[in-house]
Amino acid sequence: MDNSSPTPTQDSPAQSDSIALETRDLSLWYGDFQALFNVTVEIKHGIITGLIGPSGCGKTTLLRCFNRVNERYGYVTTTGEMRVLDKNIYDEDVNILELRKSVGMVFQRPNPLPISIYDNVIFGMRVHADKGQYKKADYDEAVEVALKEVFLWDDVKDMLKKKATGLQLEQQQKLCIARLLPLKPKVILMDEPCSALDAEGTEAIEDLMSNLRGKYTMVIVTHNMAQARRASDECLFMLMGKLIEHGDTSQLFLNPKEKDTENYVEGRYG
Amino acid sequence: MPLIPKTDGGSIHWTLLREKIIEILIYISGFSAIIFVFSIFAFIFKEASGFVFSHETDWSFFFFNAAWQPLPEESATYGAFSMIIGTISVTLVAMLIAVPFGLGLAVLVSEFCSPKIKETLKIVIELLAAIPSVVWGFVGLKLMNYVLVNFFGAQVGSNLFNGGIVLALMSLPIIVSIAEDAFKAVPDSYREAAEALGATKWQVVYKVLFPAAKNGLLAAVLLGVGRAVGETMAVLMCTGHNLNNPFSSEFPFLNIFDPIRTLTASIAAELGEAPRGSEHWQALFALGLLLFAIIFVINLTADLVVRGIKQEES
Ligand SMILES: Nc1ncnc2c1ncn2[C@@H]1O[C@H](COP(=O)(O)OP(=O)(O)O)[C@@H](O)[C@H]1O
Ligand SMILES: [Mg+2]
Repeated sequence: MDNSSPTPTQDSPAQSDSIALETRDLSLWYGDFQALFNVTVEIKHGIITGLIGPSGCGKTTLLRCFNRVNERYGYVTTTGEMRVLDKNIYDEDVNILELRKSVGMVFQRPNPLPISIYDNVIFGMRVHADKGQYKKADYDEAVEVALKEVFLWDDVKDMLKKKATGLQLEQQQKLCIARLLPLKPKVILMDEPCSALDAEGTEAIEDLMSNLRGKYTMVIVTHNMAQARRASDECLFMLMGKLIEHGDTSQLFLNPKEKDTENYVEGRYG
Repeated sequence: MPLIPKTDGGSIHWTLLREKIIEILIYISGFSAIIFVFSIFAFIFKEASGFVFSHETDWSFFFFNAAWQPLPEESATYGAFSMIIGTISVTLVAMLIAVPFGLGLAVLVSEFCSPKIKETLKIVIELLAAIPSVVWGFVGLKLMNYVLVNFFGAQVGSNLFNGGIVLALMSLPIIVSIAEDAFKAVPDSYREAAEALGATKWQVVYKVLFPAAKNGLLAAVLLGVGRAVGETMAVLMCTGHNLNNPFSSEFPFLNIFDPIRTLTASIAAELGEAPRGSEHWQALFALGLLLFAIIFVINLTADLVVRGIKQEES
Protein backbone atom coordinates (compact mmCIF):
# COMPACT_ATOMS: atom_id res chain seq x y z
CA MET A 1 0.00 0.00 0.00
CA ASP A 2 1.19 3.39 -0.91
CA ASN A 3 -0.30 5.84 1.51
CA SER A 4 2.63 8.20 1.45
CA SER A 5 0.97 10.90 -0.60
CA PRO A 6 -1.83 12.06 1.63
CA THR A 7 -4.66 13.74 -0.17
CA PRO A 8 -5.90 16.70 1.79
CA THR A 9 -9.41 16.01 2.94
CA GLN A 10 -11.67 18.93 2.39
CA ASP A 11 -14.89 17.32 3.50
CA SER A 12 -16.61 18.97 6.36
CA PRO A 13 -17.27 16.59 9.24
CA ALA A 14 -20.98 16.56 8.53
CA GLN A 15 -20.36 15.50 4.99
CA SER A 16 -17.88 12.78 5.76
CA ASP A 17 -20.24 11.39 8.35
CA SER A 18 -22.61 10.39 5.65
CA ILE A 19 -19.96 8.72 3.52
CA ALA A 20 -19.78 4.99 4.12
CA LEU A 21 -17.19 3.90 1.57
CA GLU A 22 -14.53 6.01 0.02
CA THR A 23 -11.59 5.41 -2.26
CA ARG A 24 -8.92 7.80 -3.45
CA ASP A 25 -6.76 7.01 -6.41
CA LEU A 26 -7.33 3.34 -5.93
CA SER A 27 -5.43 1.19 -8.41
CA LEU A 28 -5.22 -2.54 -8.33
CA TRP A 29 -3.12 -5.13 -10.13
CA TYR A 30 -3.59 -8.87 -10.50
CA GLY A 31 0.06 -9.71 -10.96
CA ASP A 32 1.07 -7.48 -13.85
CA PHE A 33 -2.43 -6.90 -15.06
CA GLN A 34 -3.95 -3.62 -13.93
CA ALA A 35 -7.65 -4.04 -13.23
CA LEU A 36 -8.45 -0.69 -11.54
CA PHE A 37 -7.14 2.72 -12.54
CA ASN A 38 -7.19 5.57 -10.02
CA VAL A 39 -10.71 5.06 -8.82
CA THR A 40 -11.90 7.86 -6.58
CA VAL A 41 -15.38 7.48 -5.26
CA GLU A 42 -17.55 8.30 -2.27
CA ILE A 43 -20.47 6.04 -1.53
CA LYS A 44 -23.13 7.49 0.72
CA HIS A 45 -24.32 5.92 3.89
CA GLY A 46 -27.71 4.26 4.13
CA ILE A 47 -28.63 4.15 0.46
CA ILE A 48 -28.38 1.56 -2.28
CA THR A 49 -25.65 2.28 -4.79
CA GLY A 50 -25.69 0.41 -8.05
CA LEU A 51 -22.45 -0.48 -9.80
CA ILE A 52 -22.80 -1.06 -13.52
CA GLY A 53 -20.53 -1.53 -16.47
CA PRO A 54 -19.69 -4.08 -19.10
CA SER A 55 -18.31 -7.47 -18.19
CA GLY A 56 -14.67 -7.37 -17.15
CA CYS A 57 -14.62 -3.68 -16.33
CA GLY A 58 -13.63 -4.27 -12.72
CA LYS A 59 -16.92 -4.13 -10.82
CA THR A 60 -16.24 -7.27 -8.84
CA THR A 61 -12.68 -6.21 -8.26
CA LEU A 62 -13.72 -2.84 -6.84
CA LEU A 63 -16.37 -4.41 -4.66
CA ARG A 64 -13.96 -6.94 -3.26
CA CYS A 65 -11.59 -4.18 -2.20
CA PHE A 66 -13.97 -2.86 0.42
CA ASN A 67 -13.62 -5.84 2.73
CA ARG A 68 -10.17 -6.83 1.53
CA VAL A 69 -11.26 -10.25 0.24
CA ASN A 70 -9.05 -9.54 -2.73
CA GLU A 71 -6.12 -10.30 -0.49
CA ARG A 72 -7.03 -13.95 -0.61
CA TYR A 73 -5.17 -14.02 -3.87
CA GLY A 74 -1.54 -13.62 -3.02
CA TYR A 75 -0.75 -11.82 -6.25
CA VAL A 76 -2.87 -8.70 -5.79
CA THR A 77 -1.30 -5.29 -5.18
CA THR A 78 -3.21 -2.15 -4.38
CA THR A 79 -2.24 1.49 -4.22
CA GLY A 80 -4.24 4.47 -3.10
CA GLU A 81 -6.45 5.02 -0.13
CA MET A 82 -9.57 3.25 0.93
CA ARG A 83 -11.78 4.29 3.80
CA VAL A 84 -14.69 2.40 5.26
CA LEU A 85 -16.82 4.31 7.74
CA ASP A 86 -14.13 6.93 7.85
CA LYS A 87 -11.39 4.51 8.75
CA ASN A 88 -8.49 3.76 6.47
CA ILE A 89 -8.79 0.01 6.09
CA TYR A 90 -5.09 -0.39 5.45
CA ASP A 91 -4.09 1.25 8.74
CA GLU A 92 -1.94 -0.88 10.98
CA ASP A 93 -4.57 -1.05 13.69
CA VAL A 94 -7.33 -2.30 11.42
CA ASN A 95 -8.48 -5.78 12.34
CA ILE A 96 -9.33 -7.42 9.06
CA LEU A 97 -11.73 -9.81 10.77
CA GLU A 98 -13.68 -6.94 12.28
CA LEU A 99 -13.67 -5.16 8.94
CA ARG A 100 -15.22 -8.18 7.28
CA LYS A 101 -17.75 -8.39 10.07
CA SER A 102 -18.97 -4.87 9.41
CA VAL A 103 -18.70 -5.11 5.62
CA GLY A 104 -20.65 -8.18 4.54
CA MET A 105 -20.51 -9.68 1.10
CA VAL A 106 -22.94 -11.60 -1.10
CA PHE A 107 -21.37 -13.43 -4.00
CA GLN A 108 -22.42 -13.94 -7.56
CA ARG A 109 -23.01 -17.63 -7.13
CA PRO A 110 -24.86 -18.47 -3.94
CA ASN A 111 -22.29 -20.07 -1.67
CA PRO A 112 -23.92 -21.34 1.49
CA LEU A 113 -21.55 -23.43 3.56
CA PRO A 114 -22.05 -27.21 3.46
CA ILE A 115 -23.49 -27.23 6.97
CA SER A 116 -27.05 -26.86 8.22
CA ILE A 117 -29.22 -23.85 7.45
CA TYR A 118 -29.18 -22.98 11.14
CA ASP A 119 -25.41 -23.18 11.35
CA ASN A 120 -25.05 -21.08 8.24
CA VAL A 121 -27.03 -18.22 9.73
CA ILE A 122 -25.07 -18.15 12.95
CA PHE A 123 -21.71 -18.98 11.40
CA GLY A 124 -20.55 -15.37 11.61
CA MET A 125 -21.82 -14.99 15.16
CA ARG A 126 -19.99 -18.08 16.30
CA VAL A 127 -16.80 -17.07 14.57
CA HIS A 128 -16.78 -13.68 16.25
CA ALA A 129 -18.15 -14.71 19.64
CA ASP A 130 -16.09 -14.79 22.77
CA LYS A 131 -16.27 -18.01 24.68
CA GLY A 132 -19.70 -18.40 26.24
CA GLN A 133 -20.93 -15.08 24.91
CA TYR A 134 -24.10 -16.50 23.43
CA LYS A 135 -26.52 -19.09 24.67
CA LYS A 136 -28.58 -21.36 22.50
CA ALA A 137 -31.58 -19.06 22.93
CA ASP A 138 -29.56 -16.17 21.49
CA TYR A 139 -28.69 -18.22 18.45
CA ASP A 140 -32.26 -19.42 18.00
CA GLU A 141 -33.50 -15.88 18.12
CA ALA A 142 -30.85 -14.59 15.73
CA VAL A 143 -31.71 -17.32 13.24
CA GLU A 144 -35.38 -16.52 13.34
CA VAL A 145 -34.90 -12.76 13.05
CA ALA A 146 -32.43 -13.03 10.19
CA LEU A 147 -34.47 -15.54 8.22
CA LYS A 148 -37.62 -13.50 8.66
CA GLU A 149 -35.85 -10.42 7.42
CA VAL A 150 -34.99 -12.14 4.15
CA PHE A 151 -38.43 -13.75 3.83
CA LEU A 152 -37.02 -17.25 4.17
CA TRP A 153 -38.32 -18.20 7.60
CA ASP A 154 -41.63 -19.66 6.47
CA ASP A 155 -39.95 -21.82 3.85
CA VAL A 156 -37.30 -23.33 6.07
CA LYS A 157 -38.47 -23.10 9.67
CA ASP A 158 -39.18 -26.83 9.79
CA MET A 159 -35.90 -27.86 8.23
CA LEU A 160 -33.32 -25.72 9.96
CA LYS A 161 -31.12 -28.75 10.57
CA LYS A 162 -31.03 -29.68 6.88
CA LYS A 163 -27.97 -29.00 4.81
CA ALA A 164 -28.08 -25.55 3.27
CA THR A 165 -26.56 -26.73 0.02
CA GLY A 166 -29.76 -28.66 -0.70
CA LEU A 167 -31.89 -25.51 -0.97
CA GLN A 168 -33.02 -23.98 -4.25
CA LEU A 169 -30.69 -21.34 -5.63
CA GLU A 170 -32.98 -18.48 -4.73
CA GLN A 171 -33.30 -19.74 -1.17
CA GLN A 172 -29.55 -20.23 -1.01
CA GLN A 173 -28.96 -16.64 -2.02
CA LYS A 174 -31.46 -15.39 0.55
CA LEU A 175 -29.65 -17.47 3.12
CA CYS A 176 -26.35 -15.93 2.07
CA ILE A 177 -27.84 -12.52 2.78
CA ALA A 178 -29.43 -13.70 6.02
CA ARG A 179 -26.17 -14.98 7.43
CA LEU A 180 -24.71 -11.47 7.25
CA LEU A 181 -27.43 -9.93 9.35
CA PRO A 182 -26.67 -11.35 12.82
CA LEU A 183 -23.28 -9.63 12.57
CA LYS A 184 -25.05 -6.28 12.33
CA PRO A 185 -22.96 -5.13 9.39
CA LYS A 186 -22.86 -1.49 8.36
CA VAL A 187 -22.32 -2.24 4.71
CA ILE A 188 -23.55 -5.06 2.50
CA LEU A 189 -21.79 -5.63 -0.79
CA MET A 190 -23.64 -7.66 -3.39
CA ASP A 191 -21.93 -8.94 -6.50
CA GLU A 192 -24.58 -9.67 -9.12
CA PRO A 193 -26.69 -11.44 -6.51
CA CYS A 194 -29.38 -12.37 -9.02
CA SER A 195 -27.30 -13.53 -11.95
CA ALA A 196 -27.80 -17.19 -11.07
CA LEU A 197 -31.53 -16.77 -10.46
CA ASP A 198 -34.62 -16.76 -12.63
CA ALA A 199 -37.02 -13.82 -12.92
CA GLU A 200 -38.98 -14.83 -9.86
CA GLY A 201 -35.88 -15.26 -7.77
CA THR A 202 -34.61 -11.90 -8.95
CA GLU A 203 -37.81 -10.26 -7.87
CA ALA A 204 -37.64 -11.94 -4.48
CA ILE A 205 -34.10 -10.70 -3.92
CA GLU A 206 -35.06 -7.19 -5.00
CA ASP A 207 -37.99 -7.27 -2.57
CA LEU A 208 -35.73 -8.21 0.22
CA MET A 209 -33.25 -5.52 -0.74
CA SER A 210 -35.92 -2.88 -0.48
CA ASN A 211 -36.83 -4.38 2.87
CA LEU A 212 -33.24 -3.84 4.01
CA ARG A 213 -32.96 -0.41 2.45
CA GLY A 214 -32.11 2.27 4.96
CA LYS A 215 -30.87 -0.21 7.56
CA TYR A 216 -27.65 -0.92 5.73
CA THR A 217 -25.48 0.78 3.20
CA MET A 218 -25.71 -1.44 0.16
CA VAL A 219 -23.64 -1.64 -2.98
CA ILE A 220 -25.00 -3.86 -5.68
CA VAL A 221 -23.17 -4.86 -8.81
CA THR A 222 -25.53 -5.66 -11.60
CA HIS A 223 -25.50 -6.48 -15.23
CA ASN A 224 -29.13 -5.80 -15.50
CA MET A 225 -29.88 -2.20 -16.37
CA ALA A 226 -33.52 -2.45 -15.39
CA GLN A 227 -32.53 -3.79 -12.02
CA ALA A 228 -30.10 -0.96 -11.45
CA ARG A 229 -32.85 1.54 -12.23
CA ARG A 230 -35.39 -0.18 -10.03
CA ALA A 231 -33.25 -1.00 -7.09
CA SER A 232 -30.62 1.71 -6.66
CA ASP A 233 -30.62 5.28 -5.44
CA GLU A 234 -27.30 6.22 -6.91
CA CYS A 235 -25.28 4.59 -9.60
CA LEU A 236 -21.65 4.17 -10.55
CA PHE A 237 -20.66 3.45 -14.10
CA MET A 238 -17.31 1.79 -14.76
CA LEU A 239 -15.46 1.08 -17.94
CA MET A 240 -12.14 -0.71 -18.42
CA GLY A 241 -11.11 -0.36 -14.80
CA LYS A 242 -11.99 3.33 -14.55
CA LEU A 243 -14.88 5.02 -12.84
CA ILE A 244 -16.61 7.02 -15.53
CA GLU A 245 -19.60 8.51 -13.84
CA HIS A 246 -21.33 8.65 -10.49
CA GLY A 247 -24.71 10.20 -9.91
CA ASP A 248 -28.33 9.76 -8.97
CA THR A 249 -29.70 6.72 -10.70
CA SER A 250 -32.39 8.64 -12.54
CA GLN A 251 -29.92 11.29 -13.67
CA LEU A 252 -27.37 8.71 -14.78
CA PHE A 253 -29.89 6.85 -16.86
CA LEU A 254 -31.90 9.73 -18.24
CA ASN A 255 -29.30 12.39 -18.46
CA PRO A 256 -25.80 10.94 -18.42
CA LYS A 257 -22.94 13.42 -18.45
CA GLU A 258 -20.48 11.18 -20.23
CA LYS A 259 -20.74 9.85 -23.73
CA ASP A 260 -19.60 6.39 -22.63
CA THR A 261 -22.31 6.19 -20.01
CA GLU A 262 -24.91 7.16 -22.51
CA ASN A 263 -23.75 4.53 -24.93
CA TYR A 264 -23.80 1.90 -22.24
CA VAL A 265 -27.18 2.64 -20.71
CA GLU A 266 -28.67 2.76 -24.13
CA GLY A 267 -27.36 -0.71 -24.68
CA ARG A 268 -24.79 0.06 -27.35
CA TYR A 269 -22.31 -2.28 -25.75
CA GLY A 270 -21.81 -4.95 -23.14
CA MET B 1 -9.03 -35.16 -55.00
CA PRO B 2 -11.99 -37.11 -53.75
CA LEU B 3 -13.25 -36.08 -50.31
CA ILE B 4 -12.56 -39.46 -48.78
CA PRO B 5 -9.34 -40.81 -50.24
CA LYS B 6 -9.61 -44.41 -51.38
CA THR B 7 -7.43 -46.98 -49.73
CA ASP B 8 -7.04 -50.53 -50.69
CA GLY B 9 -9.38 -52.74 -48.69
CA GLY B 10 -6.55 -54.76 -47.17
CA SER B 11 -5.17 -51.96 -45.05
CA ILE B 12 -8.59 -51.09 -43.65
CA HIS B 13 -9.07 -54.68 -42.62
CA TRP B 14 -5.71 -54.71 -40.99
CA THR B 15 -6.54 -51.59 -38.95
CA LEU B 16 -9.83 -53.03 -37.81
CA LEU B 17 -8.20 -56.31 -36.90
CA ARG B 18 -5.54 -54.54 -34.91
CA GLU B 19 -8.20 -52.60 -32.98
CA LYS B 20 -9.99 -55.84 -32.25
CA ILE B 21 -6.84 -57.55 -30.97
CA ILE B 22 -5.99 -54.64 -28.69
CA GLU B 23 -9.52 -54.66 -27.34
CA ILE B 24 -9.34 -58.38 -26.58
CA LEU B 25 -5.99 -57.97 -24.83
CA ILE B 26 -7.40 -55.25 -22.64
CA TYR B 27 -10.36 -57.43 -21.73
CA ILE B 28 -8.08 -60.34 -20.90
CA SER B 29 -5.92 -58.28 -18.59
CA GLY B 30 -8.96 -56.81 -16.91
CA PHE B 31 -10.56 -60.17 -16.33
CA SER B 32 -7.35 -61.82 -15.25
CA ALA B 33 -7.08 -59.33 -12.39
CA ILE B 34 -10.48 -60.44 -11.20
CA ILE B 35 -9.61 -64.08 -11.71
CA PHE B 36 -6.40 -63.71 -9.70
CA VAL B 37 -8.21 -62.16 -6.77
CA PHE B 38 -10.79 -64.91 -6.74
CA SER B 39 -8.25 -67.68 -7.11
CA ILE B 40 -6.23 -66.30 -4.22
CA PHE B 41 -9.34 -66.24 -2.10
CA ALA B 42 -10.26 -69.75 -3.25
CA PHE B 43 -6.77 -71.00 -2.42
CA ILE B 44 -6.78 -69.54 1.09
CA PHE B 45 -10.27 -70.84 1.62
CA LYS B 46 -9.40 -74.32 0.42
CA GLU B 47 -6.35 -74.53 2.63
CA ALA B 48 -8.30 -73.28 5.61
CA SER B 49 -11.38 -75.38 4.96
CA GLY B 50 -10.14 -78.41 6.91
CA PHE B 51 -9.99 -76.20 10.00
CA VAL B 52 -13.04 -74.10 9.24
CA PHE B 53 -15.39 -77.04 8.68
CA SER B 54 -13.94 -79.42 11.23
CA HIS B 55 -16.38 -80.46 13.95
CA GLU B 56 -13.63 -80.13 16.49
CA THR B 57 -13.15 -76.44 15.84
CA ASP B 58 -14.61 -74.43 18.66
CA TRP B 59 -15.15 -70.93 17.29
CA SER B 60 -15.58 -69.24 20.59
CA PHE B 61 -12.25 -70.76 21.57
CA PHE B 62 -10.67 -69.53 18.35
CA PHE B 63 -11.86 -65.98 18.84
CA PHE B 64 -11.73 -65.61 22.60
CA ASN B 65 -8.99 -67.86 23.89
CA ALA B 66 -5.40 -66.77 24.05
CA ALA B 67 -3.87 -70.24 23.93
CA TRP B 68 -2.16 -70.56 20.56
CA GLN B 69 -0.07 -73.71 21.08
CA PRO B 70 0.56 -75.61 17.89
CA LEU B 71 3.05 -77.87 19.69
CA PRO B 72 2.95 -80.60 20.78
CA GLU B 73 0.67 -81.66 17.99
CA GLU B 74 -1.39 -84.10 20.07
CA SER B 75 -2.58 -81.44 22.49
CA ALA B 76 -2.42 -78.40 20.20
CA THR B 77 -4.85 -75.54 20.82
CA TYR B 78 -5.60 -72.71 18.42
CA GLY B 79 -6.89 -69.64 20.18
CA ALA B 80 -6.34 -66.50 18.16
CA PHE B 81 -7.45 -64.00 20.78
CA SER B 82 -4.00 -62.62 21.55
CA MET B 83 -3.23 -62.07 17.90
CA ILE B 84 -6.54 -60.40 17.23
CA ILE B 85 -5.92 -58.17 20.23
CA GLY B 86 -2.35 -57.64 19.06
CA THR B 87 -3.50 -56.52 15.64
CA ILE B 88 -6.18 -54.28 17.13
CA SER B 89 -3.88 -52.70 19.68
CA VAL B 90 -1.02 -51.97 17.34
CA THR B 91 -3.41 -50.55 14.75
CA LEU B 92 -5.00 -48.41 17.45
CA VAL B 93 -1.67 -47.03 18.61
CA ALA B 94 -0.57 -46.43 15.03
CA MET B 95 -3.77 -44.55 14.22
CA LEU B 96 -3.65 -42.51 17.42
CA ILE B 97 -0.35 -41.21 16.10
CA ALA B 98 -0.91 -41.21 12.36
CA VAL B 99 -4.40 -39.72 12.18
CA PRO B 100 -3.67 -36.41 13.93
CA PHE B 101 -0.30 -36.06 12.22
CA GLY B 102 -1.63 -37.15 8.86
CA LEU B 103 -4.65 -34.86 8.89
CA GLY B 104 -2.52 -32.05 10.25
CA LEU B 105 0.00 -32.48 7.47
CA ALA B 106 -2.78 -32.63 4.90
CA VAL B 107 -4.21 -29.35 6.21
CA LEU B 108 -0.76 -27.80 6.16
CA VAL B 109 -0.02 -28.97 2.64
CA SER B 110 -3.36 -28.03 1.14
CA GLU B 111 -4.14 -24.79 3.02
CA PHE B 112 -1.17 -23.14 4.59
CA CYS B 113 2.17 -23.76 2.88
CA SER B 114 3.76 -21.82 0.11
CA PRO B 115 3.94 -23.85 -3.11
CA LYS B 116 7.65 -24.45 -2.60
CA ILE B 117 7.36 -25.92 0.89
CA LYS B 118 4.35 -27.86 -0.29
CA GLU B 119 6.35 -29.56 -3.02
CA THR B 120 9.15 -30.40 -0.60
CA LEU B 121 6.76 -31.83 1.95
CA LYS B 122 5.00 -33.92 -0.63
CA ILE B 123 8.26 -35.38 -1.85
CA VAL B 124 9.29 -36.24 1.71
CA ILE B 125 5.94 -37.90 2.32
CA GLU B 126 6.21 -39.86 -0.89
CA LEU B 127 9.68 -40.96 0.16
CA LEU B 128 8.16 -42.41 3.32
CA ALA B 129 5.93 -44.51 1.10
CA ALA B 130 8.91 -45.74 -0.89
CA ILE B 131 10.75 -47.25 2.06
CA PRO B 132 10.41 -51.05 1.99
CA SER B 133 8.75 -52.55 5.02
CA VAL B 134 11.77 -54.62 6.01
CA VAL B 135 13.73 -51.39 6.27
CA TRP B 136 11.06 -49.98 8.53
CA GLY B 137 11.38 -53.14 10.57
CA PHE B 138 15.09 -52.55 10.81
CA VAL B 139 14.54 -48.96 11.95
CA GLY B 140 12.19 -50.23 14.64
CA LEU B 141 14.42 -53.05 15.71
CA LYS B 142 17.63 -51.08 15.92
CA LEU B 143 16.83 -47.39 16.33
CA MET B 144 13.44 -47.24 18.05
CA ASN B 145 14.38 -50.14 20.25
CA TYR B 146 17.37 -48.25 21.54
CA VAL B 147 15.41 -45.02 22.02
CA LEU B 148 12.58 -46.70 23.90
CA VAL B 149 14.87 -48.58 26.25
CA ASN B 150 17.25 -45.71 26.93
CA PHE B 151 14.98 -42.68 26.96
CA PHE B 152 11.54 -44.03 27.80
CA GLY B 153 12.55 -46.66 30.29
CA ALA B 154 10.90 -49.55 28.49
CA GLN B 155 11.88 -53.03 29.73
CA VAL B 156 12.09 -54.38 26.22
CA GLY B 157 12.45 -52.17 23.20
CA SER B 158 10.47 -54.33 20.82
CA ASN B 159 6.92 -53.67 21.88
CA LEU B 160 3.51 -52.33 21.03
CA PHE B 161 4.63 -48.71 21.02
CA ASN B 162 7.60 -49.43 18.77
CA GLY B 163 5.39 -51.25 16.27
CA GLY B 164 2.75 -48.55 16.55
CA ILE B 165 5.19 -45.76 15.69
CA VAL B 166 6.63 -47.65 12.76
CA LEU B 167 3.16 -48.51 11.46
CA ALA B 168 2.11 -44.89 11.94
CA LEU B 169 4.96 -43.72 9.74
CA MET B 170 4.09 -46.37 7.18
CA SER B 171 0.43 -45.41 6.97
CA LEU B 172 1.10 -41.67 7.05
CA PRO B 173 1.61 -41.27 3.27
CA ILE B 174 -1.72 -42.78 2.30
CA ILE B 175 -3.58 -40.82 4.96
CA VAL B 176 -1.95 -37.56 3.92
CA SER B 177 -2.48 -38.03 0.22
CA ILE B 178 -6.14 -39.09 0.45
CA ALA B 179 -6.92 -36.38 3.02
CA GLU B 180 -5.20 -33.76 0.90
CA ASP B 181 -7.32 -34.80 -2.07
CA ALA B 182 -10.38 -34.46 0.13
CA PHE B 183 -9.42 -30.92 1.12
CA LYS B 184 -8.58 -30.00 -2.45
CA ALA B 185 -12.01 -31.17 -3.56
CA VAL B 186 -13.69 -28.61 -1.29
CA PRO B 187 -14.73 -25.72 -3.56
CA ASP B 188 -12.84 -22.51 -2.93
CA SER B 189 -16.14 -20.65 -2.72
CA TYR B 190 -16.67 -22.22 0.72
CA ARG B 191 -13.40 -20.87 1.99
CA GLU B 192 -14.12 -17.50 0.47
CA ALA B 193 -17.60 -17.36 1.99
CA ALA B 194 -16.27 -18.14 5.44
CA GLU B 195 -13.36 -15.74 5.18
CA ALA B 196 -15.65 -12.98 3.98
CA LEU B 197 -17.66 -13.49 7.15
CA GLY B 198 -14.53 -12.79 9.14
CA ALA B 199 -13.43 -16.33 9.93
CA THR B 200 -9.73 -16.89 10.54
CA LYS B 201 -7.90 -19.47 8.47
CA TRP B 202 -8.05 -21.94 11.36
CA GLN B 203 -11.74 -21.39 11.78
CA VAL B 204 -12.16 -22.07 8.10
CA VAL B 205 -10.28 -25.33 8.54
CA TYR B 206 -12.24 -26.75 11.43
CA LYS B 207 -15.62 -25.16 10.85
CA VAL B 208 -15.81 -25.50 7.09
CA LEU B 209 -13.19 -27.80 5.61
CA PHE B 210 -13.53 -30.62 8.10
CA PRO B 211 -17.31 -30.87 7.78
CA ALA B 212 -17.11 -30.44 4.01
CA ALA B 213 -14.39 -33.05 3.56
CA LYS B 214 -15.46 -35.47 6.27
CA ASN B 215 -16.20 -38.41 3.98
CA GLY B 216 -12.85 -38.12 2.27
CA LEU B 217 -11.12 -37.85 5.63
CA LEU B 218 -12.93 -40.92 6.88
CA ALA B 219 -11.80 -42.79 3.79
CA ALA B 220 -8.25 -41.61 4.41
CA VAL B 221 -8.34 -42.96 7.95
CA LEU B 222 -9.88 -46.26 6.87
CA LEU B 223 -7.25 -46.82 4.22
CA GLY B 224 -4.62 -46.03 6.82
CA VAL B 225 -6.18 -48.63 9.09
CA GLY B 226 -6.21 -51.15 6.26
CA ARG B 227 -2.54 -50.48 5.64
CA ALA B 228 -1.72 -50.95 9.32
CA VAL B 229 -3.73 -54.14 9.73
CA GLY B 230 -2.17 -55.77 6.70
CA GLU B 231 1.45 -54.86 7.39
CA THR B 232 3.60 -57.86 8.28
CA MET B 233 7.35 -57.67 8.14
CA ALA B 234 7.76 -54.44 10.07
CA VAL B 235 5.43 -55.49 12.89
CA LEU B 236 7.05 -58.89 13.06
CA MET B 237 10.39 -57.19 13.65
CA CYS B 238 9.24 -54.38 15.96
CA THR B 239 6.56 -55.69 18.26
CA GLY B 240 8.46 -58.38 20.12
CA HIS B 241 6.27 -61.12 18.62
CA ASN B 242 4.95 -62.26 21.93
CA LEU B 243 1.45 -63.55 22.70
CA ASN B 244 0.14 -61.02 25.13
CA ASN B 245 -2.84 -58.83 25.91
CA PRO B 246 -1.64 -55.25 26.40
CA PHE B 247 -5.07 -54.01 27.50
CA SER B 248 -5.80 -53.94 31.20
CA SER B 249 -8.73 -52.96 33.33
CA GLU B 250 -6.58 -50.57 35.35
CA PHE B 251 -5.11 -47.27 34.39
CA PRO B 252 -3.57 -46.66 31.82
CA PHE B 253 -5.74 -49.41 30.28
CA LEU B 254 -3.21 -50.01 27.54
CA ASN B 255 0.36 -50.92 28.39
CA ILE B 256 2.17 -49.53 25.42
CA PHE B 257 5.51 -51.03 26.36
CA ASP B 258 4.17 -54.59 26.33
CA PRO B 259 5.30 -56.81 23.51
CA ILE B 260 2.50 -58.11 21.30
CA ARG B 261 1.96 -60.39 18.34
CA THR B 262 -0.23 -59.76 15.33
CA LEU B 263 -2.20 -62.00 12.98
CA THR B 264 0.04 -61.16 10.05
CA ALA B 265 3.28 -61.73 11.90
CA SER B 266 2.09 -65.10 13.21
CA ILE B 267 1.35 -66.34 9.73
CA ALA B 268 4.66 -65.12 8.41
CA ALA B 269 6.61 -66.62 11.27
CA GLU B 270 4.92 -69.99 11.50
CA LEU B 271 3.85 -70.97 8.04
CA GLY B 272 7.34 -72.10 7.13
CA GLU B 273 7.45 -74.55 10.03
CA ALA B 274 3.95 -75.95 9.73
CA PRO B 275 3.82 -79.16 7.69
CA ARG B 276 1.73 -78.66 4.61
CA GLY B 277 -1.91 -79.63 5.17
CA SER B 278 -1.48 -80.16 8.90
CA GLU B 279 -3.92 -78.76 11.40
CA HIS B 280 -1.45 -76.02 12.26
CA TRP B 281 -1.17 -75.12 8.58
CA GLN B 282 -4.93 -75.00 8.26
CA ALA B 283 -5.30 -72.90 11.39
CA LEU B 284 -2.82 -70.40 9.97
CA PHE B 285 -4.87 -70.18 6.81
CA ALA B 286 -7.92 -69.58 8.95
CA LEU B 287 -6.05 -66.59 10.39
CA GLY B 288 -5.41 -65.51 6.82
CA LEU B 289 -9.08 -65.76 6.05
CA LEU B 290 -9.87 -63.63 9.08
CA LEU B 291 -7.37 -60.98 7.93
CA PHE B 292 -8.77 -61.10 4.45
CA ALA B 293 -12.25 -60.50 5.81
CA ILE B 294 -11.14 -57.61 8.05
CA ILE B 295 -9.28 -55.80 5.30
CA PHE B 296 -12.00 -56.47 2.77
CA VAL B 297 -14.59 -54.89 5.05
CA ILE B 298 -12.37 -51.88 5.75
CA ASN B 299 -11.59 -51.25 2.10
CA LEU B 300 -15.19 -51.79 1.07
CA THR B 301 -16.33 -49.26 3.65
CA ALA B 302 -13.72 -46.77 2.48
CA ASP B 303 -14.83 -47.33 -1.09
CA LEU B 304 -18.48 -46.82 -0.24
CA VAL B 305 -17.63 -43.69 1.70
CA VAL B 306 -15.69 -42.28 -1.24
CA ARG B 307 -18.52 -43.18 -3.57
CA GLY B 308 -20.86 -41.41 -1.20
CA ILE B 309 -18.86 -38.23 -1.76
CA LYS B 310 -19.09 -38.53 -5.51
CA GLN B 311 -22.84 -38.93 -5.36
CA GLU B 312 -23.23 -35.92 -3.12
CA GLU B 313 -21.19 -33.82 -5.50
CA SER B 314 -23.24 -34.62 -8.54
N1 LIG C 1 -8.45 -13.41 -9.75
C1 LIG C 1 -8.08 -12.78 -10.87
N2 LIG C 1 -6.86 -12.96 -11.38
C2 LIG C 1 -6.48 -12.31 -12.49
N3 LIG C 1 -7.24 -11.46 -13.19
C3 LIG C 1 -8.48 -11.23 -12.74
C4 LIG C 1 -8.97 -11.88 -11.55
N4 LIG C 1 -10.24 -11.47 -11.32
C5 LIG C 1 -10.53 -10.61 -12.32
N5 LIG C 1 -9.48 -10.45 -13.17
C6 LIG C 1 -9.44 -9.59 -14.33
O1 LIG C 1 -9.70 -8.28 -13.90
C7 LIG C 1 -10.62 -7.63 -14.78
C8 LIG C 1 -11.82 -7.16 -14.02
O2 LIG C 1 -12.54 -8.29 -13.58
P1 LIG C 1 -13.84 -8.20 -12.71
O3 LIG C 1 -13.62 -7.26 -11.60
O4 LIG C 1 -14.21 -9.58 -12.35
O5 LIG C 1 -14.88 -7.60 -13.74
P2 LIG C 1 -16.46 -7.54 -13.67
O6 LIG C 1 -16.90 -7.98 -12.33
O7 LIG C 1 -16.79 -6.11 -13.95
O8 LIG C 1 -16.97 -8.41 -14.76
C9 LIG C 1 -10.95 -8.62 -15.88
O9 LIG C 1 -10.18 -8.32 -17.00
C10 LIG C 1 -10.55 -9.94 -15.29
O10 LIG C 1 -10.07 -10.79 -16.30
MG1 LIG D 1 -18.08 -9.64 -11.82
